[in-house]
Amino acid sequence: MSIPILSVLGLLPLVGAAVLMAVPRTAAKAVGLAVSLLTLVLAGVVAVQHLSGVELAEQVPWIPTIGAWWALGPVDGLSLSMVALTAVLTPVVLVAAWRDEDRLGGGFASPGGPAAHRWGARGFFALVLALEGFALLAFLTTDVLLFFLLFDAILLPMYFLIGAYGGPRRRRAASRFLIFALGGGLIMLASVIGCYVVSSRAGQPSFLVADLAALDLGGDVGRWLFAGFFIAFAVKAPMVGVHSWLPDAAEESSPAVATLLVGVLDKLGTFGMIRFCLQLFPEASLWATPVVLVLALVSILYGALAAIGSKDLMRLVAFTSISHFGFIVLGIFAWTSQSMTGSIFYMLNHGFSTAALFLVVGFLVKRRGSRSVDDFGGVQKSAPVLAGLLLFAGLSSLALPGLSSFVSEFLVLSGTFSRYPAVAAVATLGIVLAALYILLMYQRTMTGPVTQVVRQRVSRDLDGRERWTLAPLVLLVLLLGVVPAPVLDVIAPTATATLQQAGVADPHAPLAEEAN
Amino acid sequence: MVDMIEPPSLEYLRLLPLLLVFGGACLGVLVEAVLPRRSRWGAQVGLTFLTLVVTAVVTVLGWRAGDVGVSALGSVTVDHPAYFSWTALVVLAALSLLLFTERRLNGGVSAFAPQAAAVPGSVDEELAIRARTEHSEVYPLALFSLFGMMLFVASNDLLILFVALEILSLPLYLMCALARRRRLLSQEAGLKYFLLGALASAFFLYGVAMLFGYAGTFTLAGIDQAVAAGAGSEWLLLAGMAGISVGLLFKVGAVPFHSWTPDVYTGAPTAVTALMAACTKVAAVVALLRVLYVGLGGLRWDWQPLMAAVAVVTMAVGSLLAITQDDVKRMLAYSSVTHAGFMLTAVAGASTGEGARQLSSVGSTLFYLVAYGVASVGAFAVVTLVRDRNGEASRLQDWAGLGRRHPWLAAAFSVFMLSFAGIPLTSGFIAKLGVFESAWSGGYPWVVVVGVVLSLVAAYFYLRVVVTLYFADPQPRSGQGGQAAQAPAGAADATPATGPAADGDGARGGALATEVRTAGAPAAVSSAGEVGVGRASVATYGAVVAAVVVTVVFGLLPGPLLDLALQAGVFLR
Repeated sequence: MSIPILSVLGLLPLVGAAVLMAVPRTAAKAVGLAVSLLTLVLAGVVAVQHLSGVELAEQVPWIPTIGAWWALGPVDGLSLSMVALTAVLTPVVLVAAWRDEDRLGGGFASPGGPAAHRWGARGFFALVLALEGFALLAFLTTDVLLFFLLFDAILLPMYFLIGAYGGPRRRRAASRFLIFALGGGLIMLASVIGCYVVSSRAGQPSFLVADLAALDLGGDVGRWLFAGFFIAFAVKAPMVGVHSWLPDAAEESSPAVATLLVGVLDKLGTFGMIRFCLQLFPEASLWATPVVLVLALVSILYGALAAIGSKDLMRLVAFTSISHFGFIVLGIFAWTSQSMTGSIFYMLNHGFSTAALFLVVGFLVKRRGSRSVDDFGGVQKSAPVLAGLLLFAGLSSLALPGLSSFVSEFLVLSGTFSRYPAVAAVATLGIVLAALYILLMYQRTMTGPVTQVVRQRVSRDLDGRERWTLAPLVLLVLLLGVVPAPVLDVIAPTATATLQQAGVADPHAPLAEEAN
Repeated sequence: MVDMIEPPSLEYLRLLPLLLVFGGACLGVLVEAVLPRRSRWGAQVGLTFLTLVVTAVVTVLGWRAGDVGVSALGSVTVDHPAYFSWTALVVLAALSLLLFTERRLNGGVSAFAPQAAAVPGSVDEELAIRARTEHSEVYPLALFSLFGMMLFVASNDLLILFVALEILSLPLYLMCALARRRRLLSQEAGLKYFLLGALASAFFLYGVAMLFGYAGTFTLAGIDQAVAAGAGSEWLLLAGMAGISVGLLFKVGAVPFHSWTPDVYTGAPTAVTALMAACTKVAAVVALLRVLYVGLGGLRWDWQPLMAAVAVVTMAVGSLLAITQDDVKRMLAYSSVTHAGFMLTAVAGASTGEGARQLSSVGSTLFYLVAYGVASVGAFAVVTLVRDRNGEASRLQDWAGLGRRHPWLAAAFSVFMLSFAGIPLTSGFIAKLGVFESAWSGGYPWVVVVGVVLSLVAAYFYLRVVVTLYFADPQPRSGQGGQAAQAPAGAADATPATGPAADGDGARGGALATEVRTAGAPAAVSSAGEVGVGRASVATYGAVVAAVVVTVVFGLLPGPLLDLALQAGVFLR
């Protein structure tokens, strides 16, 4: 029996979080970063093993009576890419937040107010590690109950990260986040219970995805259960209608937390759609496709328009994410292997590019002490590196060819086009709007005359630590943009398998037919 | 009719746990009569815990030996559910009794009135306070009550059920009225509980009479046979069922028979509240299950919708009213109502499960009772710790920012709140999952959906407490100590006019106690002082720690306890 590497990978950050509380305050940050780097190394080992063809899976009975398993893996392209995303982003945000507690005050806290009760850095690092651990396990698990458990448990560290380390109105934002997420979670709980009932009626209760998928949950029951899961995931992924918690939460969070929120936590939503909605309820998913596609389109356009209209930088980035999540959901529910591969890849890329965007904006906001777009202008003269990186992150967000998001967005749109040309056409508008919100934002904040306040406060360009924080993200965005093929090769089998299971074949590309 | 008088034969060994508790209680009364006042407290504590430990051991041994059967001339059934509930009752009672022993918090005196017979605020009372007298009778009283509960869950006979109901209730009525602080509120609580309890008992007895009229027997098995035979007037049967259900639902604390809960929970000494919340709930729910499943199993199509409706209303009223509370004890009282509703969803489902290793209504309810009971005792233990100069400061507002000053205590309380809210990683989640699964399996998915929605409401008020602990800023307290108790008076279904009087009394009692305690320190007696965490004895801390450990361990690895509960999921008929 070899080492259960998946369990170790998931539990390491959780143990690290506990250990951190016992470590002296002065050493806590270093230990926390070390744990997150070790986790990254482990994730690398997992990736290498998977690529070399080893099937990684662990399965131990957890609550045998109700058929719940501690089941991690088998690892596939979807879980591997999400694990990689989580493992990379965690050390990055820890470094980004390295000095948050000394100089927080800026835009993220009102002096003398509730900020006086800010928690220490040790707590921050511990909470981030706990979040990482829960997220890794959630991305790896193939047991519905265990997933639900983690899906809810992850809210607690995030709640405290927003509520204890955010801006002046953080309590409200944190509560709002929690209420939305718990509400979605409880609706999902009803469906989880339904899964138990259905499987126990079929003989042996089991929460394993493989067992449940074999039950062929169709008909009315399948549709109800699907709805429960989908609503929970739609709240998490934020789709329009249940998105309103995200801008508030992102606005009041510190940039590091906002990065984790949008980059990792929200991915649980789209991850769940593929892993649970599509794999467990293919029939119901097909049945719901028209509605979901419309919702996705609305999300794309609404998010983009709201971003254009947003006067708050953090809110703006949050709205762009709503738009991006619209693309991801579109790709998932377009039912082509191309678009689904694109969506999974998009989840990865969006994590990196939005992280870069949030972090640069965070550095900017901290210097100026304001999040309002109107308070900036001409920053590129005083802080050229910062301005350049903001532009880079922005371009990556608007999917400039050559950068990674372009590949995924192209795959999603072309895949969607082959089945739903009209939908793809409308979605393309989102790209145009994306160019608008990013470039307008850049123009308003970075170019133009330098105001007195900006000159005084944003006089310092990015320092070494801040540059090193962004370097891996920039590198990844470039790398995945230029040579996406290796990653796509890992992801594509998952997409194909999911479609196969649903019994959906790729449509013939209409363009190809014309060419014949 | 009776040809021959049977010589009564009792299965002494099998009934030993019951007899032990009863014997311990009787010995306690003797101790009270014989020993000098000084040594009573210690002797009572020793005797009580000795009784509990021995009872627990004997119960577990009997359970492992599988010594089950209808006993005591058919009036008591010792079966697996009974063994499970006995063990749970003894353990939960021991945890709550740890809180009874707390004297360090109060500056060397117990949380019970020095002389219950003295009029509050009178000279007699003051003399008693100065003489530092104590009522060590609370220990035998608690044991008598525990005996009643253990008999209650094992009764196979409606008359024994009624007797057990009274045995468990009377000591509780008395103990509720024994608080040292805010004595008027406490006495009011005792009286209210007594009057309403008596009314519920009357309903219960009436129901018993009806069922006897229908079946011609008091035993549950006999009633079951009569129902199966279908002879007699159906109206008599239904009326009997209704009467008994009212009596039992009153004890469970289900809506519309819940109205005593908030006042009694708030007024009673917190240690007694813990005992009531944890143990009475176990006893009442298991007895309800036994009567419905064993005696009235043939009527399940009639009572299932009824229980479903009661469950939904209970969850709704409990959780919605809990939101409006700003007193922690009162909030916990409504929370107990809400949880009664969650448990009743499983009762309504009446799912039997295929074989002993699958989820059944009885099994999942038993698990729920343990999870809820342990977290309740823990939560009330924390309530006893948060104090100002007048005693417990249970106003939610006073708890603001406690998490920063006392992170471990706040963390413990948060664990209990999360467990109540059914958040994963705590036993409360598994418990809720279990009862909902049984309800759905039993054909009540709509109850589950309603329950899930109301869980969100419940989660809201539990998490509000967590928010207050960690994120709220402490409010400056207006000097007068009396205000600390006004919260209940302003609450939705307010404590009547005695509120202010009791306040004054509380302040006064506090002032006296302070005077006695600090003897010569500068008197700042008019102020309630800062809210802080009192220094407690190891017993209270022990109860908190044990409750946290149980809550977390059974949240992560519920398998063993769940299996145990499910194996205990079948009543012996």
